Amino acid sequence: MNAPVHFDPASDALNTPLDRIDVSDPRLFQDDIYHPYFERLRREDPVHYRKDGKYGSFWSVTKFKDIMAVETHPEIYSSAARLGGITITDRPMEFRRASFISMDPPRHDEQRKVVSPIVAPANLNNMSGIIRERVCRVLDGLPRGETFDWVQRVSIELTTLMLTTLFDFPEADRANLTYWSDVATADVNAGGIVDSEEKRLEILREALRTFTAMWHERAAKPPGFDLISMLAHAEATKNLVNDPQEFLGNLTLLIVGGNDTTRNSMSGGLWALCKHPVEYQKLRDNPGLIPSMVPEIIRWQSPIVHMRRTAVADTELGGKQIKAGDKVVMWYISGNRDEDSIDNPNDFIIDRARPRHHLSFGFGVHRCVGNRLAEMQLIILWEEIMKRFPRIELMEEPKRIYSNFIHGISEMKVRIPA
Amino acid sequence: MARITYIEHNGAGHVVDVPAGKSVMQGAVDNNIPGIDADCGGECACATCHVYVDAAWLDRIGLPAAGSQEASMLSFAAVTQPDSRLSCQIAVTDAMDGLIVRMPEGQH
Repeated sequence: MNAPVHFDPASDALNTPLDRIDVSDPRLFQDDIYHPYFERLRREDPVHYRKDGKYGSFWSVTKFKDIMAVETHPEIYSSAARLGGITITDRPMEFRRASFISMDPPRHDEQRKVVSPIVAPANLNNMSGIIRERVCRVLDGLPRGETFDWVQRVSIELTTLMLTTLFDFPEADRANLTYWSDVATADVNAGGIVDSEEKRLEILREALRTFTAMWHERAAKPPGFDLISMLAHAEATKNLVNDPQEFLGNLTLLIVGGNDTTRNSMSGGLWALCKHPVEYQKLRDNPGLIPSMVPEIIRWQSPIVHMRRTAVADTELGGKQIKAGDKVVMWYISGNRDEDSIDNPNDFIIDRARPRHHLSFGFGVHRCVGNRLAEMQLIILWEEIMKRFPRIELMEEPKRIYSNFIHGISEMKVRIPA
Repeated sequence: MARITYIEHNGAGHVVDVPAGKSVMQGAVDNNIPGIDADCGGECACATCHVYVDAAWLDRIGLPAAGSQEASMLSFAAVTQPDSRLSCQIAVTDAMDGLIVRMPEGQH
């Protein structure tokens, strides 16, 4: 989009000297031209060091098995916020907010276990009814024969409503949740409203105020089954509200984790089907494929582009010597296309064998806590779509966000034939 | 080879022969037995092959060592019990002929 017309990413990826390749450039994801760069790294230098890149010096881990090795050794590859946390961006020290995703065991374990029951199998059954009812309402309200933005009307609306349930947050104020989520993850160089860490914090303080009031209200009442009440009443987290930085860190984690990721899979799935008409027809012929299509959509979209760790000991990875203090970036979006671990990884196949063998949720102790809720929302969405709309047309290529962390679609114009 | 019985949460049973050396998880996946998801493929990196080992077998199969990766991953699974294991970490031997494992309500 921003690239000159004659720019050819495939040849650029091949002709750039290996040590100059910088896969952290958010433009690669915004312009949807990242594949050839990762293909080259996987082939020629799967654990790749980029010195002084756009986001500092860092190791890129691009193959499925190497990513798995990093994921399963949290004692070597730390997530700690003070070391830089889980994103490639090194925020100034005063803006590094801990949360259970940017913490190592054992504290991580204690805090995570407080919230995980809300997305455990028993509670998924409790929530499926309300999710389906909302999906039906949103889909029934869509226009026929006219172009509209799928992201606003469907993806954002459904995932934000889900958040109101998880937090027991007033539905009328739900736009705030979307806003805070976007603010929390915005790249300060993206040209949006958040152009500095100070600005980000200023906006997020409003979220902190809102949730602090909610916390005190719920702490005074008997335990309820929403995230704030669960945190307020659990032994491991009952004082969290007194540490505003860590409280805000956990709030943004839960808001982003429960929102941005599924939102983009809701958009990315429709995009993938529109670009793969044979698969779309397979789905029309057999909607029973939805449960296996959903994990394939999540692989295909890879809603989280990367997760970062910081080595706390010298170690070896893929034949490379990693030093304590090095920044190590696991590119899920690349591992999900690794031909050594996934058959025909560059094909979108809605009935592939073992579709859940993908990296989009991460693995190890930090594996996405809401993974089954995310799948359930997508399954219900596609079941109800197929009952109503056998065909949805993509009217133009989606607009993508400037980010190397969230693989986001900000606008996607579609039409349901009248 | 060991004959293993997998019992789904709804009570549906599946009896299959699993070659020694494979994992109990692999035995389920190879035979398309529902209820064991095994997202990570046997790396002990998720907890979606969670099973309950039948009381008669628990002593012989054993529990994960405290502090092990399996114990750590299992601690994040839903509805764990004292007889919980990750089935990818149970290597099948001929002596396991007759083993019974049950599946939880869902894998998480």
